Amino acid sequence: MLSLKHDTHRTGVFTRRALLVMGAQAVLLGGVAARLYQMQVVDGERYATLAEGNRISARLMAPPRGRMLDRFGIVLAGNKLNWRALLVAEQTTDLSATLDNFARIVPLADYERARIDREVHRHRRFIPVMVREFLSWGDMAAIEVNAPDLPGIMVDVGTTRIYPFGELFAHVVGYVAPPSEADVADDVALALPGIRVGRAGLEKQHDLDLRGRAGAVQVEVNALGRVIRELDRQEGVPGDELGLAIDTGLQQAVLRRLGNESASAVVLDCRNGEVLAMGTNPSFDPSLFNAGVSQAQWSEWAQDKRTPLLNRATAGVYAPGSTFKMAVAMAALEARIITPGDRVSCSGYIDVGNARFHCWRKGGHGSLDLRGGLKNSCDVFFYETARRIGIDRIAAMAHRFGLGTALEIDLPGARNGFMPTREWRIGQGHPWNLGDTVVSGIGQGYIQVTPLQLATYAARVATGRKVEPHLTRKLAGVLQPGSQPADWPSLGLTERSLHVVREGMWAVVNEPGGTAPLTRLPAARWQMAGKTGSSQVRRVSREQREGGNFDSTKLPWEYRPHALFVAYAPYDAPRYALSVVVEHGNAGAAVAGPIARDIMMDVLQRDPGGRDEKPGAQVAQREAPP
Amino acid sequence: MREGRLWRQPSFDLGSKIWQISWLYVLLLCALAGVGYVALYSAAGGAPEPYASRHVLRFAAGLVLMIGIALVDIRFIARLAWPTYLVSLVLLALVARYGHLGKGAQRWIELGGLQVQPSELMKIALVLVLASWFHRASWERIGNPLFLIPPVIAVLVPVALIVQEPNLGTAVITAALGAAMFFAAGVRWWKFVLLAVPVPFAASLVYSHLHGYQRARIDTFLQPESDPLGAGYNIIQSKIALGSGGMWGKGFLQGTQGHLDFLPEKQTDFIFTTIGEEFGFIGSVTVLALLGLIVIGGMAIALRCRNQFGRLVAFGIAVNFFLYVFVNIAMVMGAIPVGGVPLPLVSHGGSAMITVMIGFGLLMSVHVHRDVAFSEGRNDD
Repeated sequence: MLSLKHDTHRTGVFTRRALLVMGAQAVLLGGVAARLYQMQVVDGERYATLAEGNRISARLMAPPRGRMLDRFGIVLAGNKLNWRALLVAEQTTDLSATLDNFARIVPLADYERARIDREVHRHRRFIPVMVREFLSWGDMAAIEVNAPDLPGIMVDVGTTRIYPFGELFAHVVGYVAPPSEADVADDVALALPGIRVGRAGLEKQHDLDLRGRAGAVQVEVNALGRVIRELDRQEGVPGDELGLAIDTGLQQAVLRRLGNESASAVVLDCRNGEVLAMGTNPSFDPSLFNAGVSQAQWSEWAQDKRTPLLNRATAGVYAPGSTFKMAVAMAALEARIITPGDRVSCSGYIDVGNARFHCWRKGGHGSLDLRGGLKNSCDVFFYETARRIGIDRIAAMAHRFGLGTALEIDLPGARNGFMPTREWRIGQGHPWNLGDTVVSGIGQGYIQVTPLQLATYAARVATGRKVEPHLTRKLAGVLQPGSQPADWPSLGLTERSLHVVREGMWAVVNEPGGTAPLTRLPAARWQMAGKTGSSQVRRVSREQREGGNFDSTKLPWEYRPHALFVAYAPYDAPRYALSVVVEHGNAGAAVAGPIARDIMMDVLQRDPGGRDEKPGAQVAQREAPP
Repeated sequence: MREGRLWRQPSFDLGSKIWQISWLYVLLLCALAGVGYVALYSAAGGAPEPYASRHVLRFAAGLVLMIGIALVDIRFIARLAWPTYLVSLVLLALVARYGHLGKGAQRWIELGGLQVQPSELMKIALVLVLASWFHRASWERIGNPLFLIPPVIAVLVPVALIVQEPNLGTAVITAALGAAMFFAAGVRWWKFVLLAVPVPFAASLVYSHLHGYQRARIDTFLQPESDPLGAGYNIIQSKIALGSGGMWGKGFLQGTQGHLDFLPEKQTDFIFTTIGEEFGFIGSVTVLALLGLIVIGGMAIALRCRNQFGRLVAFGIAVNFFLYVFVNIAMVMGAIPVGGVPLPLVSHGGSAMITVMIGFGLLMSVHVHRDVAFSEGRNDD
């Protein structure tokens, strides 16, 4: 009985404690169920999102950047295959060990390591980061052979931008560079390795057209990032092909003619404003920007007095000098303040108020009408004309011709120049002096124009139409508006006035006694109309002038006057207009004029505006670097 | 009369014994194995091979083994307690020395072409040994501290060996199982407190005597974040898979995480995530309820048994099963650190299945022999 009693007690304890344990188990299982409820029902949506992100990975595929062709289909900016090593941080076990091993095959500089580290941290871990581009076959093979030591490194082929003509089109075509962090924030497709964005020139202007649309593949991936299957594929759209109005052969001729001068020349088709050549000297190699420009290169450019990065044709500003006289003449004729027959007597100077303004010709020109004023480029004639019509009429006419005002040129960074008005000067807190008007009559003083504006001015004088210069001719194979003369409205100037001015320009070149006899075309069938200009960058002092032995060629280079020339041809059926500006070239007639003559001769012989097909003559391609 | 009926000697013919087996309980086990089949079918990407079909075969073999054991007299089983324990201990010692390295720990031993995980066998042996020890103990003797020293040693020696594998998860489960047995046997409350005090010291002592690589394994186990691409990563993926199931789940075979290899060991330790992902909260709670019913059934068998040995054996098996389930599910939910504990009858794996079914066989034997007169002295008296 005792044993039974003990047993009963023991049984009772067991029962109590077993029930206690069961209670504890119930609490624990309940806790598990509650936690499941929390995870699956309360937080279910969040986890579902995580699961989806886990499962589906969107892989973007970089589209090839659109090419740029000249008007005859010659490639000015293209793409070439680029073998590169990429790193997927997610697939490495030890990032620095992988890079150390890689550096043993292809040496990596410290700054490259820093860039890779930065990009790995910037992007999500499955996004490939560029380790090294432009690999040789030898490097490629070495990387493939050593693949087991390089977890996370993969080799693929992308495209890179090439500019077959290098410096020749640097300022027109522009260049591309790796995107900045701000760019990537705007468009995730720019996070793709090897993607470049346009930073200057047409590459920048048409960046979105050229860029195309990144294709996307949605793939199902496992936890290791390995692709299981493709869910969806959206083909990328390659960038649009850009057809330029430029004639490569002409561009080469222009640059050759500019030689070593700091100079620019613009050739337009005067009927439609197409830019056939836009040469700027000195230039630079645009492909240097492709991989990122070194600090040393930057400072070299920054310290160069001749500013190779500046597109002088659109962003260089100069006083137009005597080339401005047609605008003054047109303003006076259209305002009916002078007539073609009105004469002005030039005695070598004119006194306005207390100041004396000199003509370039010491003894004066005598009595001149408008045609004679232009032919001889008589300063006194235009001092007097300007004095009569006032600055505001001059400014209005200059704007109509595209001087000192915005043009619709499709290049970023084009400057507007400047055309002063009475209102502007008063707004600055100064009175407008009559002297300011007088010097404006010969294109000096505050007036600033770009070579592109000068060429446009010549084209507008030649045609009487409001042609706008433009480089883009075709986009994605489609001819853009503006390529027909009828696309451009009339300037609303009377033909009679224009005729007088054109005659004056013809006389400058072709008539004995004109200021630019050297510029007469060496071909009987074509005649050129033109105008010289020499714009002072420094006021000529009284002592220098009266000392009698003033010679601008003896000044230091940067103080010499700029040499300018504007022209169009053929005179009887204007087809091409051009401007030449030679910085510190001294004399328009002696320096800029002959250049303009040679370019015009070249352009008339080529007649690029009359042909759309490929030229018979071969265009020299820049040799590929070794 | 009443007493006589209570202490009736059950008939020992095979037919009535088979009748005595709780077929309802067997049905619950079959249902759980069925859940395992479904989950493994899905884990294989919608195919019976390689997991689900083998799972069924193993369960069938386990079921035969279980029924065989259920028919063995409980008193005979009690006599096998110490021999089983000693064999398990030897195997455990062998695995520490010659065992195969699997998943970063020595857990397995090749025995006649069969992979055996001695730690699993040891848990059953421990239940038997402790049950037989306390079966003989009167209430007074349980109060005597000296009487408790041998069973404490019987628990600590295998736990120490399992820690050295290292398999901390199983070691903790084994220790907890031992503690639960002591508790159910009637060991006074305060003695548990007394026992709990030296545990941290013992743990640090064990840790300091481990080799560097063993410590590293334990460190990784204790801090999954220290190995984010390994264990910590698994937990993150497991939680995502479970949580993304939502209320109703993604549907059978529609789970993505498991199929896409986000989940390592999806067919073994992390099988519950497949259920959670494909059948949602409803599905996982249903499975949880099934597991709970099996635990309750085991406890009910313990409570109904008329002898202390049977009671403690049934209790131990039920607690062991519960610990498996709880640790596994808490692990896949990221509530406790990861540690190779499978979900019994659901996870893929032969050795675990066999030992679990041996356990249920013992449980069923307790049930069949619940009313057997079983003296507290030597059972052949």
